[in-house]
Amino acid sequence: MNPVNYLYLAALLFTIGATGVLIRRNAIVVFMCIELMLNACNLAFVTFSRMHGNLDGQIIAFFTMVVAAAEVVVGLAIIVSLFRSRHSASVDDASLMKL
Amino acid sequence: MSASAVHSLWTTAATAADPISKIDTPKIEYGQLSPTLIVVGAAIAGVLVEAFVPRKYRYYAQLILSAVALIVAFVAVVLLATHGYGTTKARIAAMGAIAVDGPALFLQGTMLLAALVGLFTFAERRLDPEAHGARVDSFAAQAASVPGSESEQAAVKAGFTTTEVFPLLLFAVAGMLVFPSANDLLTLFIALEVFSLPLYLLCALARRKRLMSQEAAVKYFLLGAFASAFTLFGIALLYGYAGSVSYGTIAQVVDGTLQNVNPALADTMGNDALLLVGAAMIVMGLLFKVGAVPFHMWTPDVYQGAPTPVTGFMAAATKVAAFGALLRLLYVVLPGLRWDWRPVMWGVAIITMLGGAIVAITQTDIKRLLAYSSIAHAGFILAGVIATTPDGVSSVLFYLAAYSFVTIGAFAVVTLVRDAGGEATHLSKWAGLGRRSPLVAAVFAVFLLAFAGIPLTSGFAGKFAVFKAAAEGGAAPLVVVGVISSAIAAFFYIRVIVLMFFSEPRPDGPTVAVPSMLTVTAIAVGVAVTLVLGVAPQYFLDLANQAGVFVR
Repeated sequence: MNPVNYLYLAALLFTIGATGVLIRRNAIVVFMCIELMLNACNLAFVTFSRMHGNLDGQIIAFFTMVVAAAEVVVGLAIIVSLFRSRHSASVDDASLMKL
Repeated sequence: MSASAVHSLWTTAATAADPISKIDTPKIEYGQLSPTLIVVGAAIAGVLVEAFVPRKYRYYAQLILSAVALIVAFVAVVLLATHGYGTTKARIAAMGAIAVDGPALFLQGTMLLAALVGLFTFAERRLDPEAHGARVDSFAAQAASVPGSESEQAAVKAGFTTTEVFPLLLFAVAGMLVFPSANDLLTLFIALEVFSLPLYLLCALARRKRLMSQEAAVKYFLLGAFASAFTLFGIALLYGYAGSVSYGTIAQVVDGTLQNVNPALADTMGNDALLLVGAAMIVMGLLFKVGAVPFHMWTPDVYQGAPTPVTGFMAAATKVAAFGALLRLLYVVLPGLRWDWRPVMWGVAIITMLGGAIVAITQTDIKRLLAYSSIAHAGFILAGVIATTPDGVSSVLFYLAAYSFVTIGAFAVVTLVRDAGGEATHLSKWAGLGRRSPLVAAVFAVFLLAFAGIPLTSGFAGKFAVFKAAAEGGAAPLVVVGVISSAIAAFFYIRVIVLMFFSEPRPDGPTVAVPSMLTVTAIAVGVAVTLVLGVAPQYFLDLANQAGVFVR
């Protein structure tokens, strides 16, 4: 199968993720959409790695997974602390500093 | 390339003789990487201090450990520079991952000093009233407890403080040290995350106004992660275009000077969409970090909500790191593409300068005002970036050094002006401050004049250098816009000075807390750097000039 098709899939997943970040209102869902974007990047890396016949892209995919895991730790900590003090994880409610 | 040939890259036939022994050990130049390694080591030691040292002694242990680490790392940078690694011996270390050259060392030195001064404001324990007999800093007693809950009261009563901020600061500094010296896109991305993640956490840790602080952290985190996902996809596309993430190789592919082009590479090299979209997405991520319009939306909220010492550190050091990385990316990787990126950066610089300056006029909160001023400053620095001349690099380096100390000093002054609710950041409360505490108001006025770029302050020398470089680099219209927006910006800086000195103090106005030597040192360093760089900038301009050449 032509590897370029995987690139189209990666771009599609990335777009779905980015759209989700922009239109969803729950901080957890927004965050999941960001994770989807990172996974789309991974797919693109692995596909390019296959096309170029070198291993850089696959190695980077591992790094991305580690970064995504670290991001989950930090992100969930922040979102949970927000939820516990407001009883809501909606990004619309967090508007103390809105002009 | 045939499927079997590709497959042979990651599988070996069973008959092959001991393939493991063929992997060479990577050669790591520990001496040249020592500034970063020292800071990382101290950060890990700080985590161990949190785990094993009794709570009573942690603050002192952490403060001393962090200060010593930053000073030793700075000495290491100076030693590297005096041994010629900034000029004649500039090289690429760690198997092509890290560049050790003039701009990298100059910015690392700047960031380490800024972080040291920022550390002093982090450690300040005289400003908040004593909580049950224990002196406390600006950070939450226990970040995990819900604001206003019983567990929070118990934590305050027990005299807890979040000493974890010191290792977090060091981890952030370590990432920032790598960021402008990264020489491949993977290192760039990892450094970006290493310095961003601790900053997200630090934003959430304010002792007062905790809801605002948590909100700032959520906004910064979600938008920061969104921006870094864009950066990562850009890296993927650029990797797809060039078949490598190394800066040097990508630059060769962009220029078309690469030898040994294999068929797969020849195929992707022909696809300009990969190059243009990829480069645009990476630059977008970096512009987000420097807070350039239209990627600036997070700046005012995060600057306002974060604990003020964190805001000062973040405003100074993040900007230095991100501009360093942006310079290296545009000058080392994408010089072959400059006819494409220059018009875009022109537009970004113009709307950043004007947008930051105009919106700042309407602000009523001092921290938001400084946030919009930092956006305008990002625009001025971008004007230097666009010059694409050696002078452009050195003027940006100088501007960053001058700007970072003014910023930390200004935010340190903001921590001093307090009322019952913590810091009094509303501008109306600053009315008449000059009559009540002339010294603090005078110091703040010096910082504001430096932001405005009045002669005899570092702001003037920096702006002059940047605009001169931009004009000589063929961006004269940009200089005109820059001067106009400087004039607009001067209006609201002067307005604050007028408010402080020429209006009656309010009876319910804030008090000015008497800080310990830590904050006094931070503010004094800020004033000293502002005046020295303003009155006698030549030595430092020469230093920046010597440091202005990237290794490739």
